[in-house]
Amino acid sequence: MNTVKREQIDSLLKFAFKGAGLLTITLLGGIFFMLFANSILFFLNVPPLDFFTGSQWDPENHYSIFPLLVSTFWVALGSMLIAVPLGIFSAAYLSEMAPKKLQIVLKPIIEMLAAIPSVAIGFLGIVLVGPGLAQIFGIQNGLNALNGSILLAVMALPTIVTISEDAINAVPKSHREASLALGANKWETLFKVTIPAAFPGLIAAVMLGLGRALGETMTVLMATGNSAAIPKGFLDSVRTITATIAIEMGEVPYQTTHYYSLFAIAAILFLITLAVNFTGEFFANRLRKFHS
Amino acid sequence: MEKKRIIGLFSGLVLGGSTLIVVLFLGIILWDIFSKGFPSLSWNFVSSFPTNGMTQGGILPAIIGTVLLTFITTLFSVPFGVACAIYLNEYARPNTLTNVIRASIRNLAGVPSIIYGLFGLALFVQALNFGTSILSAGLTLGLLSLPYIITTTEEALKRIPNSLREAALALGVTQFETIKDVVLPKALPGILTGVILTLSRAAGETAPILFTGVAFFINGISASPNQEFMALPYHLYMLSTQHNEIEQVRPLAYATASVLILLVFLLNIIAFYVRFKNRTQD
Repeated sequence: MNTVKREQIDSLLKFAFKGAGLLTITLLGGIFFMLFANSILFFLNVPPLDFFTGSQWDPENHYSIFPLLVSTFWVALGSMLIAVPLGIFSAAYLSEMAPKKLQIVLKPIIEMLAAIPSVAIGFLGIVLVGPGLAQIFGIQNGLNALNGSILLAVMALPTIVTISEDAINAVPKSHREASLALGANKWETLFKVTIPAAFPGLIAAVMLGLGRALGETMTVLMATGNSAAIPKGFLDSVRTITATIAIEMGEVPYQTTHYYSLFAIAAILFLITLAVNFTGEFFANRLRKFHS
Repeated sequence: MEKKRIIGLFSGLVLGGSTLIVVLFLGIILWDIFSKGFPSLSWNFVSSFPTNGMTQGGILPAIIGTVLLTFITTLFSVPFGVACAIYLNEYARPNTLTNVIRASIRNLAGVPSIIYGLFGLALFVQALNFGTSILSAGLTLGLLSLPYIITTTEEALKRIPNSLREAALALGVTQFETIKDVVLPKALPGILTGVILTLSRAAGETAPILFTGVAFFINGISASPNQEFMALPYHLYMLSTQHNEIEQVRPLAYATASVLILLVFLLNIIAFYVRFKNRTQD
């Protein structure tokens, strides 16, 4: 092959690779456009005020995102109450206390937890966690917000543990040595020096775990009972945004108000997860700058 | 001093106990599913069609559906994902465009999977008129996988030392030839690890295929890409929530869950093996 031809191929492929890079922007733009174009079609029929302030999700009559939004946050916050302490403590144990050999065993175990498909975890919500909760609290069935929170905590844990551990590991050794040299013991060093120094990274870990919990579909769909009312406690059945889309999109005729409404609630979910992930990224970047 | 010791002991218990709970979660999940699923597993179960309204028989079409689906996902996401990673690591300069691409990738990774399902419905099923089919579902999962493939491939490319590239370029080889003959072969094991892990995630996804082509039951297996299909995760979902005789099919649901988890773990083990072999070679 002569040189001219080789150089032509070279510049052609450079162009092709750039095209693949631009595809990612197009894809995000496409998702954005798809959600908001369909939402606009929805808001032509339903006033935005009703959508945000009403109290009922009862398609064909009332389209209010409010109960779905409360349910979504209720389950996700519950999962964080369980997953954040467990995740951060485990990360501290892994990076500060566990012997090297134990670390080598524990890390793949946490990765395995992340690999289990969400539908399998939802299944356990039905057959294991649900009956368990029903027995403990003496209720008819255990398909409620608490069930969803427990399962989402299990799913968010690998993310929280992994990122928290990176954050704790990234704290320079000199911080710890200085603290120990001043006479602090290893616990005082961990709780008063290492963890505060890793704090931005820990927030990033929590935010990315929360993002995952907010956007999860199958586990909450299977485990929370799906009644579209505003929950009053953790033992009430709830219905998240994701579950609503999953249940109703399969049944609605295309291009109806009900159909568009599902894009509108998806758009809100998209904005929420975007904001949560951005916050996580912001703190992760601060951590990187802080340590470099 | 005594107080300090007690606090220390207590802290150690809390930290170690938390880790133990996390490990127990995995143990409970695997124990419950495998101990109740394995008794129903048999050669017949993985090699035959469901019969008697899903109360008997096997899950062969769901296994084949998941394999074909993952194959379509791979065909679409790997070339685009690897090409994008090559652009970012080998060509892109640190400018605004590159930053926008990177920010897009990070955001795409955070988009909930059900929203990919809606996008697949709007784009592939409706706008491009592929209908509810294995092709639409495979492409939807392909889009979902794209950010993970890009990120892991870029990591693999980053580990190739620059001196190799410079040596090739100094010999008068073009940049594309350097990438094709020097960089990619060296980065292949790393890329492969990322691809396999991403596919194991895609194979277990349910939400994105709900409206893009998955079906509860199909009569025969066809290789045509515009047919609806059965898939393992959806089969498990239907057996455990939508079936008329839920208690009767529970053993089948456990067995399906076991097969799904074994499939995902198998892919993970292959990925670990590739990574391990690659590390020991260096």
